[in-house]
Amino acid sequence: MKHFKALALSGALLAATSTILWAEGGVSGAIVKDPTVQKECSACHLAFPAQFLPQRSWQAIMSDLPNHFGEDASLPAETVATIQDYLVANAADANPARAGKGVMRGIKDTDTPLRITELPWWKRAHGEVSPKRFTSDKIKSASNCAACHAGAAKGYFEDD
Amino acid sequence: MFQPKILFTAAVLFAVAGTAQADPRRDAILADLAAKAKIENSAFNAFDAKAGNAFFMANHTGGKPDTPSCTTCHTKDPRASGQTRVGKAIKPMAVSANPDRFTDQATIEKWFTRNCNSVLGRDCTAEERGNIITYLSSL
Repeated sequence: MKHFKALALSGALLAATSTILWAEGGVSGAIVKDPTVQKECSACHLAFPAQFLPQRSWQAIMSDLPNHFGEDASLPAETVATIQDYLVANAADANPARAGKGVMRGIKDTDTPLRITELPWWKRAHGEVSPKRFTSDKIKSASNCAACHAGAAKGYFEDD
Repeated sequence: MFQPKILFTAAVLFAVAGTAQADPRRDAILADLAAKAKIENSAFNAFDAKAGNAFFMANHTGGKPDTPSCTTCHTKDPRASGQTRVGKAIKPMAVSANPDRFTDQATIEKWFTRNCNSVLGRDCTAEERGNIITYLSSL
């Protein structure tokens, strides 16, 4: 019984802190759990996990949705605030004591990267993929995570 | 013996599938746009599928460089699926292929606002919106 309670408690903690696991075979638990963030961000692309960028990057992206990587992605102000709050609360550097250290490694304090694919950890992880493969008709863009990571929409980015 | 009947049934089914289904929500949205178009331009008479077709297929200027046309993402065949610039599938725009199209005011407002600004660098007029919806309902 005690055991069960402890399990239930750790489950609740996991859900609350959006734990993401970086392991040898890939990344798991990297998923957007907020329904508004999931719905709006996945309209055009995978709802990229909050843990893949620093807080300042999400703030910069959310402050200029009318110019969103070459398109107008405007949303009502209250929806923008909901999304930004979630992304900042779960960003790579939201809790320096925990996960996300790998994501932050190599980013200068003075830099505000806007693309996950520019980050040193992303480049390390995808170094063996030829650039031509990313721009092929089927994949189109390195932002199309799910083209290669079949479990991406469920938060699982397996090693290929 | 049964073949003519089967062929006839297939022809009827094809005719039904080839015509957009009417939906009172879409009719109300078009009626509202027509009233607005009349205010914008007193010479406005009715929406024109041909003008909507030309607008949808055209390359426009004034917008963002990566999105010169509706067809950039929706392709030149609105009955087929499109693809966002990062490779995610977009359901067909033609009402015959996707009966939910143009039945929700908030969705229409959100996407016309975004996409007209991306493609044209401005909002679309009520007449342009109505022409596009009429064209995509006629396929």
